[in-house]
Amino acid sequence: MDDVYSRAGNRADPPYLVSNYVGTRTRAPQRPLILIPQTLSEITGPVYGHSDVLPEEADLTKQHPSEPLGERIIVKGRVLDEGGRPVPDSLVEIWQCNAAGRYRHVVDQHEAPLDPNFTGAGRCVTDAEGNYRFVSIKPGAYPWRNHPNAWRPAHIHLSLFGPSFLTRLVTQMYFPGDPLFPFDPIFNSVPDAGARERMICRFDLEATRPEWALAYHFDIVLRGSRATPLDPDHA
Amino acid sequence: MPERTPSQTVGPYLHIGLSQGFFGAREIFSAHLADAGLAGSHIRIEGRVYDGEGNVVPDAILEIWQADGQGRYAHPADGRPLASNSFRGFGRCPTNKEGAFAFETVKPGSVPGPTGAAQAPHINVGLFSRGLLKRLFTRIYFEGDPANPADPILALVPADRRGTLLAKADPDKPGLFRFDLYLQGANETVFFDA
Repeated sequence: MDDVYSRAGNRADPPYLVSNYVGTRTRAPQRPLILIPQTLSEITGPVYGHSDVLPEEADLTKQHPSEPLGERIIVKGRVLDEGGRPVPDSLVEIWQCNAAGRYRHVVDQHEAPLDPNFTGAGRCVTDAEGNYRFVSIKPGAYPWRNHPNAWRPAHIHLSLFGPSFLTRLVTQMYFPGDPLFPFDPIFNSVPDAGARERMICRFDLEATRPEWALAYHFDIVLRGSRATPLDPDHA
Repeated sequence: MPERTPSQTVGPYLHIGLSQGFFGAREIFSAHLADAGLAGSHIRIEGRVYDGEGNVVPDAILEIWQADGQGRYAHPADGRPLASNSFRGFGRCPTNKEGAFAFETVKPGSVPGPTGAAQAPHINVGLFSRGLLKRLFTRIYFEGDPANPADPILALVPADRRGTLLAKADPDKPGLFRFDLYLQGANETVFFDA
């Protein structure tokens, strides 16, 4: 049986072992992965859609009695596959730290304040054209203990499903022009410079809401199915 | 054509987005896949995740994807009717401080294989954690299942490593299976690339 999902695009991913990201050293598998065909178990996958989420779960600034501190932002974009086709009706989950660079998490001991009005979790489902949209605040940079004076560039974690077990993707969205990019082993775990650029959103003046919030656009591209011919309208 | 967005690690704070239960009653994911009334053999799968130094991994999350007791997937690419709409076939469980996880589900039936030959009952597992820059994919099979010897995927795994894919039945507790994952080392779990 031929592959339903392209394998070529996977070269965009980082390898498991990236020795300057210390956490990979004891967790990256050391034996080669075993190549298997794509069976019914792989070309199917969990289906979660509009009935599973509420519209307000996409607004991270409205989850508490008051608004969180920080720079209010709109994050929106499209989820596409490698064929350029939109991925409709698909769950997108996000999480992030607050404007001061602190996660609401027991493990995070960074000496920066928690914000009682910010949890940092959101979710939504893409529309028929693959569009998604969140309202949040811009996350801060924060230190971590990977190496001396290590700082993560500001980022938002995104979790996507797509139509099958094989299209599942968890990634991080970064912000344009971050001075920490050259020093971050996680950002630089992606070997190809062009692929790294695809993790950086772009400022979107048109999508800003005057007097209210700046906007960033971030398209996400999942593994593509080769099962259906390319639709010229989306090519 | 657009090019793939690269994978990045879930990091140590994955629970905020993936398993904190922040959405309360509206939480859509759990480690309990099967209502009590669902047809099939109800089972519990327990295990731990270990790193290359033999330490437990307390900041991982497992996702499982499986067919129902009749071997049917709740997905349009399967197309065969399901016995119950309540079964979605997907579960999520973070590891705890002891690196442990547990799923409650039904044992999946055999599902069609790549060349028409049936695949033995199995559960697809996706593993994410801090220190993993992309998901790891493995499968849970069931030790002693009569369909294992003819399974086309197990056949691709060197015989001396197949054991890492077999959940072992607890001799004292019917329905309880044990499945540990080793990210490195002599017992390194077999991980797949599909």
